[in-house]
Amino acid sequence: MKPRVAVVQFPGSNDERDAVWALKALGADATLVWHAEPELPAGTGAVVLPGGFSYGDYLRAGAIARFAPVMEAVTRFANEGGLVLGICNGFQILCEAGLLPGVLRPNASLSFICRDISLRVERTDTPFTSRCEPGRSLVIPIKHHDGAWYAPPDLLDEVESNAQVVLRYEENPNGAVADVAGVINRDGNVFGLMPHPEHAVDPLLGPGDGALILASLLDAVAERASAGVVFA
Amino acid sequence: MKATVVVRPKDGILDPQGQAVEESLRKLGFAVGHARVGRVVDLDVDASSPDEARERVDAMCRQLLANPMIESYEVDVRE
Repeated sequence: MKPRVAVVQFPGSNDERDAVWALKALGADATLVWHAEPELPAGTGAVVLPGGFSYGDYLRAGAIARFAPVMEAVTRFANEGGLVLGICNGFQILCEAGLLPGVLRPNASLSFICRDISLRVERTDTPFTSRCEPGRSLVIPIKHHDGAWYAPPDLLDEVESNAQVVLRYEENPNGAVADVAGVINRDGNVFGLMPHPEHAVDPLLGPGDGALILASLLDAVAERASAGVVFA
Repeated sequence: MKATVVVRPKDGILDPQGQAVEESLRKLGFAVGHARVGRVVDLDVDASSPDEARERVDAMCRQLLANPMIESYEVDVRE
């Protein structure tokens, strides 16, 4: 059976179709789930919160999306140990929802940044990076205005001492503290990153390193399914 | 009851919007020190006393209107 992935579509999401395309290209059964749905589809093995500008990024990026009906189901899924990946706006939503530590702030330059970027993989023992080789950098595009991850000093200490920083920028593009590009929760089942792996899957369009992140996730879903672990 | 909430970037938090405003004001010839940019939320609150309204708006700030990691807020309540 193909790994089943639910990609949530909020009003203002704009990368959900790319995420579905990329996941399907890597062998997933990926479907869009509208934000007003109260439940995730039966048999969901992982949830992806895609990039975009959900609810116009009103108030703060991601601040309103956490009230979408589907987010209750996503939170329940995450709390039960289900795999959740937040990309860009999805990362902002997970932070605002309290599923990941920290917050994403406007880039220090106040510019919208759209380019390929090098990332250092700090951990390859997560369900989101298992296909990465230790010591090998990834090149994946970023495209954001509010991408500067921030945590107050005590929270940053906690995040660092729990090794929750999974990806770091090799050259910091946006003013993120500690060069953080991607963070995982303590339980290791919820991961958010600003770069867009779904835009770096087909070598025809540039770097293909995003496939490593998404394929790692699909491996984890398949592994759990074969072990009989079901969350939704 | 009417309430006004002012949300500001906390001291020490980089405020690129404030910096851009500051530089623009200087270009216009105004001698300004620091500029910080926040936001204002005006609310009509259903409450029987100013204290009750204040308590309610405080909860709104903590849960949605401000992100306490990076923002501070002030609440003003009037009849």
